[in-house]
Amino acid sequence: MIAPLIKGLQITFGHLFKKAVTLQYPEEKPNVAPNFRGLHTLKVSHDKAKCVACYLCPTVCPAKCITVEAGEDANHDKFAAVYEIDMLRCIFCGYCVEACPVDAIGMTQNFELANYKRTDFVFSKERLLEKR
Amino acid sequence: MDIFAGHPWYMYFGAMILKVLAAFVFVLLTVAYATYAERKIIGWMQVRIGPNRTGPMGLLQPIADGIKLFFKEEIIPAEASKFAFVLAPLIALVPAFISFAVIPFGDSIEIAGYKIPLQIAAFADQAGTVFDLNIGVLYILAMASLGVYGIVLAGWSSNSKYSLLGGLRASAQMISYELSAGLAIVCVFMVSQSLSLQAIVADQGGLLGWYIFRNPFMFVAGIIFFICSLAEINRTPFDLPEAETELVSGFCTEYSSMKYAMFFMAEYANMVTVCAVTTTLFLGGWHGPLPPVLNFIAKVYALMFVCMWIRATYPRYRYDQLMKLGWKVFIPITLCLIMGNAIWVTYIAPMFNFAK
Repeated sequence: MIAPLIKGLQITFGHLFKKAVTLQYPEEKPNVAPNFRGLHTLKVSHDKAKCVACYLCPTVCPAKCITVEAGEDANHDKFAAVYEIDMLRCIFCGYCVEACPVDAIGMTQNFELANYKRTDFVFSKERLLEKR
Repeated sequence: MDIFAGHPWYMYFGAMILKVLAAFVFVLLTVAYATYAERKIIGWMQVRIGPNRTGPMGLLQPIADGIKLFFKEEIIPAEASKFAFVLAPLIALVPAFISFAVIPFGDSIEIAGYKIPLQIAAFADQAGTVFDLNIGVLYILAMASLGVYGIVLAGWSSNSKYSLLGGLRASAQMISYELSAGLAIVCVFMVSQSLSLQAIVADQGGLLGWYIFRNPFMFVAGIIFFICSLAEINRTPFDLPEAETELVSGFCTEYSSMKYAMFFMAEYANMVTVCAVTTTLFLGGWHGPLPPVLNFIAKVYALMFVCMWIRATYPRYRYDQLMKLGWKVFIPITLCLIMGNAIWVTYIAPMFNFAK
């Protein structure tokens, strides 16, 4: 009856000297998995977004958080004049990335998406464009 | 008995006030930093870090907690019995502190030929004989039982079911464990043949002189006394009166702000007192290799570490298990200890020339 009690004390005393597993978050960042589904990014090729405004991503999006409006550029190519993702609605399922035929949209490892205003959660094309 | 021992009156009163202040400040600081130490130690044992944001290594945490509680809104429930509700935290807090009055925390010191015993309720006469409260242990037992009134009153006056259940549990627990704690102390009396704490400590010189190492019965008695003390002050694993998982916060459910802080101060002050009493009765008081006062503090802090260690290790007892442990295990064991100790003191020790 007493032996298990003493064993319990031994275990906790042993843990006293172990290194803490705590991650001091704002100072230390966690190692995010390579295939982590964080903030979206619009990939860039030849100095402009690869997106051809085919509307597959808003179609497949289960949360209906993507807004695309097509435009026509000088070469009569289709491009996304407006590309917005509402991060308050997004469920980070990654279907848009899977659906994209030209590999124009991807997901980054950025998970720090907190903001002060609701309007700030609607990410415009400029904010989504891949930073080079 | 000349309390002034031939010295001017202000020596006596000055020494008294200084002793009271020193002991009070020591207990208060220990209480404040016991909360910090507890969170740190439990954190380390759970492979966490514990508080580390407030000041270097989180050292200002107790002060931040205190200020926070101080500025919180004071809420008295509309249906509460107001007088008792306000009085209860005081009744819990005061006995926790005044028990320290009879604990000798060091050897006597001499200042300008005036001998000052380092125990609040003590003085030395002209011949240098130290007089203290000769029923010191009974005084401590009395004060320890008074503390529970605060908890019961808090539980009743809050007019809430959770609080009342917490208060009831506290009183039942107190009665059950006070018995075996008292019986364990009887073993001490058999060896010391005195109720004065000054005499009990004086009898424990040298490591083998510590009462806990005097004989096997005393060893068990010391451990049982410490466990029963934990139960009396509602520490884990016997913290049923608070039992967050069942009773929200037990007797202090309806309390807020400073009154809540006072219950917590009382809890930690009780812990200091209980550790000091155990040190005095079983672990040789201020005897040891360091200067007397430091010995005493080191032993008290070591015991407080054990309290926190126990808290990090064991889950809470169920109510029936608690009662079973108190009545069916500890009381029979302590009764046997008393008999065994009596046989040891009267027959075995003289036969082999042991110290009693």
